[in-house]
This record gives sequence, C-alpha cells and structure tokens, in this order.
Amino acid sequence: MLSMQNFGDNGKMKDYHYTGPVEHRFSPYAFNGGTVLAVAGEDFAIVASDTRLSEGYSIHSRDSPKCYKLTDTTVIGCSGFHGDCLTLTKIIDARLKMYKHSNNKTMTSGAIAAMLSTILYSRRFFPYYVYNIIGGLDEEGKGAVYSFDPVGSYQRDTYKAGGSASAMLQPLLDNQIGFKNMEGVQHVPLTKDKAVQLVKDVFISAAERDVYTGDALRICIITKEGINEQTLPLRKD
Amino acid sequence: MALASVLNSDCADFSFDTCQPFGFGSEPGQSSLGFEARSLDGLSFSVKSALSAGDEDGVERKIEFLHGTTTLAFKFQHGVIVAVDSRATAGSYIASQTVKKVIEINPYLLGTMAGGAADCSFWERLLARQCRIYELRNKERISVAAASKLLANMVYQYKGMGLSMGTMVCGWDKRGPGLYYVDSEGNRVCGDLFAVGSGSMYAYGVMDSGLRQDLNVEEACELGRRAIYQATYRDAYSGGQVNLYHVHSEGWTRISQEDVLMLHQQYKDQA
Repeated sequence: MLSMQNFGDNGKMKDYHYTGPVEHRFSPYAFNGGTVLAVAGEDFAIVASDTRLSEGYSIHSRDSPKCYKLTDTTVIGCSGFHGDCLTLTKIIDARLKMYKHSNNKTMTSGAIAAMLSTILYSRRFFPYYVYNIIGGLDEEGKGAVYSFDPVGSYQRDTYKAGGSASAMLQPLLDNQIGFKNMEGVQHVPLTKDKAVQLVKDVFISAAERDVYTGDALRICIITKEGINEQTLPLRKD
Repeated sequence: MALASVLNSDCADFSFDTCQPFGFGSEPGQSSLGFEARSLDGLSFSVKSALSAGDEDGVERKIEFLHGTTTLAFKFQHGVIVAVDSRATAGSYIASQTVKKVIEINPYLLGTMAGGAADCSFWERLLARQCRIYELRNKERISVAAASKLLANMVYQYKGMGLSMGTMVCGWDKRGPGLYYVDSEGNRVCGDLFAVGSGSMYAYGVMDSGLRQDLNVEEACELGRRAIYQATYRDAYSGGQVNLYHVHSEGWTRISQEDVLMLHQQYKDQA
C-alpha cells in the first residue's frame, strides 16, 4: 500500500505553484490496528482479541479476528500489520507440521514460543511488524502466556495485553489480576468464569477509548478439554 | 554469516539471505549505547520510513523494540558480583517489570543483557550453544576470555547493521574470576568493574565510592544491590526488581531478587 504521507500532510498549506518532482515514499508496512489479550490461570488460559481490521481512517472489516488456533492446547494472538500476521501464522503452521512429522509429537506451548522467537529474529533487519501473544497450557496442564516483541524477545507472563489498546489494558490487568502495589488486598486466585468476565469488561472499556478496537470480541478459552470459542459484540463506532 | 547458518539448518525454506546489500541501520527510540541512525546507500527502502508505519494520522508509529536498563558487574576478592534491574521499555511504555536480564550461559558463565532485548537474548543463547560445542570438542570448559571473544566475533559481522547489545560476560575459569564487556560496536574489554545501560552513570557513582578489594561477600552483594537501586531511583528507564548473582570458583549462585519498592522502604528505615 502506498504510504499516505503525501496526502495533505498534517494540515499544512500546500504550495499551489509547486510543479517540481515530488518524492513518493513506499512503506512496506501498514498499521491495521487491533488489540489482543491473554490471561493464564491455574488450569486454563484465555486468548481474546477484537475483530476490527482498520487502516488509517477506514475500517476494512468488522469480522477479522486476531486469534489463530495452533494446536489443541495453544492459541496465538497477532496484531499489527495484517499482512505480516497472515504470513507469520502460515509459517508457524508449516513449522508445526514439520515438527510433527519429524518428532512424532505435537509441539508444546513452550517449544512454540521458543521457535517463534527464532522465526521473528531471522527477520531482524526487516521485521515482521506483529505483536504476538501466545496462550496455552504447558506440559503440566497449567496456563501459560508468552508475550513477544516484533523481533523475538519473549518471556512467560501470567497476563499480557498487546496491540493498539495495550497501554490502556495492561494497567487495568496489573490492578485486577496482579494486585500490583495495592495495600491490604487479599490475593484471590483467578477462576475461569471471573477471568472471562474480566476480559469482556476490559475490552468493552478498550473499545470506548481506542478507535482501532471494537466491532466484536472473540474469546478462546483453552482447557484440557479443548478450545472453546465465544463471540461478543462491541461498539461499532 | 552466523545468523543465516544457524537458521538454515532447521528451516530450509525460511532462511533470510543476509548477503543482500541493504541493512536497516536504525534503532528507533532509546538506545542506551548511543547508537546513531544511518541512512542507506543503494537500493530499497529508506531506513526511517520502513520502520515507521502509518504516519497519516499524525501519530508517529514506530516499531518499538524493548530497551532501557541498568546492569553492573565487578570483581572482588571472592569472585564477581553481577546485579541487574528488570525493566523493559518500548519507547516510553513499560513493557515489562519482570525481565530476566542475566542469561545463564552455563553453570559457571553468566551474560548480562543491555540494549535490544531480542538481540541480547538471541546472541547469548547462540553463545551458550557455541560454548557447549567447545566443551564437547575440547573436553574442557571454555575460558571467559574465549567465550567473550566468540560473542564479540559473532556480532562484529553485523557491525553497522543496527544491532544494539551491551553485555558483560562473567565467569570463573582457571585464571580466576573473569569479567569482559562486549558490545555490538565491536568493543571487547577486560576489566574489574563495569556498568552498562541508561542508568549506568548512577550505578558507577555508588560503586566507585564503595568498592574496596577486601570486601566480603555480604558487603559486596549489598554494594551491587544499592548501586542498582540508586540507578532505578534516578533513571526512568530502569526499575522493577534487583536480581543479584555471585560467581565463585564453584560456579554462579543466585543470591536474591528484590523489588525496588521493598528496598526503598528498607533504606528509608535504615537512614
């Protein structure tokens, strides 16, 4: 897509008499918005994303979820540049198949996270413009969340928000799930139903204040029984 | 090149051809090592525009890598003390307060992380692999000097292409305690005392005033802890927890992990 930099930049008055050459810059990236969130519990994990695909002032689609199922116990959420999200998930799927064929077993969440780190770093000098969060169950059946930066740095967390509204959601999660820096509060472990309710509330708030988040919410709940998907409408404006 | 050869071995179709003439020599946002943005010669995308997408809404959206830190290490009579903070920032957003900035290369070698988080963890993980290969081939542990040289040579091939890494390789080998500073500019220096990162100046102040050769282990740990704490107090890009390690003749030991807020209370009560 052509970068929009030449179209009436920043409200400056264009010079009517200018007829010389204009430099057009091609940007290989676009920002398609979207927010992803993942929460890990004792024996479950939740990965949720909104379903709005936007670019600039337009909405391309209201039904483009950003969670992709990788295995029966792992879901990845990718936001950022949609083109790179699609290619990256295709590459991960292919690598999962290769691993399955050579090692005769499915990749665990931790292994997928380590592999994704090297895949992202292999493009260190022309990065995948994607913010990834992997949610799933580890080998012991406990919930695991792995969050990444665009070039592959990753770590395991209990909860993480990524994408356009991440800076709004992360503090709320720090308060409600992490009980960070709160005095005199009892740390109750998070139940699955409470976590799902929290995720819904948090996205409703994000849709209020972030233009790139909205339309619908897709929640994937991962337990040892399998992956359960729910869809909830959000603000469409 | 090292990067291509490692990635080629497992995934034949997805290797990145690093011999191409373009390299993205810009690290957006903060760089604790003072890395400068470069403009490209030759073909393809200009550095700045390729890494900043979607400018039309007036907000500059750059791809943010994780950065910002304070790490330090110093030698004393009983080995090497390594102390780090645990904050990772992406621009002005704090991406995480619980990053592990000390990478355990093997049971007697540690590497610290400052600069680009992905660069440090990737190259030090590669260093761990190289150290293991050395051990298998030579039936002997690798020395700190050799390990740091391996790392320095690996990243030197990418000099000028935008890697951002400032690391200290700390260990104990047959020559005694070893401490080397290696960075993505190609520096590799041996020394008794280093602090790396955006908060390094604050840490140097505390360390220089308190360092003596005859410190015992307790006092040395406390000095490292205090230095990191003071750096997190004054540097906006450092914070979280203080992770402390001690490298001695038997290998390294993790001494403590303390939240900076707890330390603040503790020091306030002491004063």
